[in-house]
Amino acid sequence: MSTKTTKTKRKIDGNSFLLLITIALFFIMYIAGMIIFREQGFGKVQNFLNLFISNAGLIVIAAGMTVVMITGGIDISVGSVVALTCMLLAWMMENKGIGAIPATLLVLVMGVVFGLVQGFLVAYLNIQPFIVTLAGMFFARGMTAIISTDMISISNETFLSWAKYKIYLPFGGYVNRKGVMIYPYIYPSVVIALVVLVLVFVMLRYTKFGRSIYAVGGNEQSALMMGLNVRRTKLKAYVLSSTLCGLGGFLFCLNTCAGFVEQAKGLEMDAIASAVIGGTLLTGGVGNVFGSLFGVLIKGTIEAFITFQGTLSSWWTRITIAAMLCFFIVLQSIFAAAKSKNKK
Amino acid sequence: MSKLKKITQFRLFLPILCLVLVLLVNLITTPDFFAISVRDGMLYGYIIDVINRASELVILAVGMTLMVAASGGTDISVGAVMAVAAAVVCNVLSGGQQSVTEYSNPYILGILAGIAVAAVCGCFNGFLVAKLKIQPMIATLILFTAGRGIAQLITKGQITYVRVDQYKVLGSSIKGLPLPVPFFVAMLVVIVTLLLLKRTAIGLYIESVGINSKASRLVGLKSSKIIFLTYLFGGILAGIAGLVASSRIYSADANNIGLNMELDAILAVALGGNSLGGGKFSLMGSVIGAYTIQALTTTLYAMHVSSDQVPVYKAIVVVIIVSLQSPQLKKWVSKMKLNKKTVSGNEVA
Repeated sequence: MSTKTTKTKRKIDGNSFLLLITIALFFIMYIAGMIIFREQGFGKVQNFLNLFISNAGLIVIAAGMTVVMITGGIDISVGSVVALTCMLLAWMMENKGIGAIPATLLVLVMGVVFGLVQGFLVAYLNIQPFIVTLAGMFFARGMTAIISTDMISISNETFLSWAKYKIYLPFGGYVNRKGVMIYPYIYPSVVIALVVLVLVFVMLRYTKFGRSIYAVGGNEQSALMMGLNVRRTKLKAYVLSSTLCGLGGFLFCLNTCAGFVEQAKGLEMDAIASAVIGGTLLTGGVGNVFGSLFGVLIKGTIEAFITFQGTLSSWWTRITIAAMLCFFIVLQSIFAAAKSKNKK
Repeated sequence: MSKLKKITQFRLFLPILCLVLVLLVNLITTPDFFAISVRDGMLYGYIIDVINRASELVILAVGMTLMVAASGGTDISVGAVMAVAAAVVCNVLSGGQQSVTEYSNPYILGILAGIAVAAVCGCFNGFLVAKLKIQPMIATLILFTAGRGIAQLITKGQITYVRVDQYKVLGSSIKGLPLPVPFFVAMLVVIVTLLLLKRTAIGLYIESVGINSKASRLVGLKSSKIIFLTYLFGGILAGIAGLVASSRIYSADANNIGLNMELDAILAVALGGNSLGGGKFSLMGSVIGAYTIQALTTTLYAMHVSSDQVPVYKAIVVVIIVSLQSPQLKKWVSKMKLNKKTVSGNEVA
């Protein structure tokens, strides 16, 4: 893989331009939605916050995916790990009587262990990331089915109180028909997701570990020559991804309050698509978690469009996301082509 | 000793060993696994089931091997393309109705339409990968995401049934043939591909493009054209696999035809000892890999493992097989052996 990274590597300015396009596109889409669906209340602050509420888990998972993709790898186990996390949480609390806090800590530990195994296989045995995480995907989904093939709903009071705890914002409210001021609210999951996002951003930009992730993804050979521990960096990236997946699964579970086998199917592709729309290159070395955030938000906006429109069938979501993906991928490649021409 | 070494260094040794090991497990757990019975001139048994069920996977694995070899990336859209092809075939044959008992259009027209659409999908992927130089997995992510949506659009979100005996042939059996038809389709694909690769220089071209596409271009090969052709071929094969899968259930189920097949196909390529980074490849390795996966699945079913839980064992076996094939592990093992030798050597001295 290392031979190809040098070929497709781009200058930073082109990438930040792409990020700007992504952000601009999100706002254009959102404003268009506000105009088209103004009768149904698309423009309400609460509707905007709902984007974050329903995608809190995905934001965290996409951040982890971005880190792995910057190293030049990929993690397609995330959707299944989320399902396993939710199932474990539900099973531990409902069938084993474990409290909400220890159960949450245990699933986070599970995420770390999962990441250690995957990271070891990728970094130290040099097995292709796709195959390793594919096995991880099978394993996690199968384990979910072994724990229980039936849906387990969570009735643990502590957990439900976390899930239902509304944090009201002090602004952006409106007066309803009864004359009561209604303020928009968010759930704790949104706060956690945004804090994690900022932490990952700071880590990538300002810590030694973060810089070595970019270096490893940019050119593994050079990173090795520079004296970086390439293998340990990769291992850490996979551990980080799986841990964030455990956390993302927890946030996901706060939304669904249940564990079942089919949960979060295809989530890995949503995360990858978000990262790509946000400007992360699969070849490694380039990427930004905030780009991925906007990737997630664009996906959320498309879903909101479909919901508000009402008559479109659900498969239009997938087709629109694919069209979007196509647009960004072609744009990226045009930029890359222009760059390499300039160099000549 | 040298003979043993020769055997173990044979390229397909590890893939074949894995397949044999998987099959041998059955000797202990399911003794009647190898029993084959004859009814009405047809063969029945677990082994026949493996051969039958693996057919689509073999077809996909053949295409996947070439795409991986030439472009150094995987095509994750093949499962979705299968669904699209199946949807097109069934809708052409049914004339847009949800369930029919006789064709609205000729059989051959439906088949050709399905394969043509699959070829268009292949061209789309090929264009993105070969001309726009996009990472194959990302390029094919587009059709992976959209494919099932498009298939549902074609079938209008329903399952289209074609209840005609002729349509079922491709996925079942013909009187007089001892083995099911899908097996022959798969073998035909393998043989045609092998002939193409061995009788012409295409196989060599694909390998050289996969090893170094720039260098191949400098010696006069049209790298991008060759990559494009492998994707076109991969698309057509996905279409054929979709036909077989759809014929088995004489319908087009947009949500389930070819579901997760792309993953199994990539796995088959890897189990066959091929590098997912492109370059040198072994077509037979992938075919053996495909049969290994199906043998494993059937073995687990024979052991009464529920279908939801099969992935766990599959994952464990895959990790073991891939780790065994990892060159890094071999290096460690040989290093450990060397250390042992020097230690014992020192003791003697």
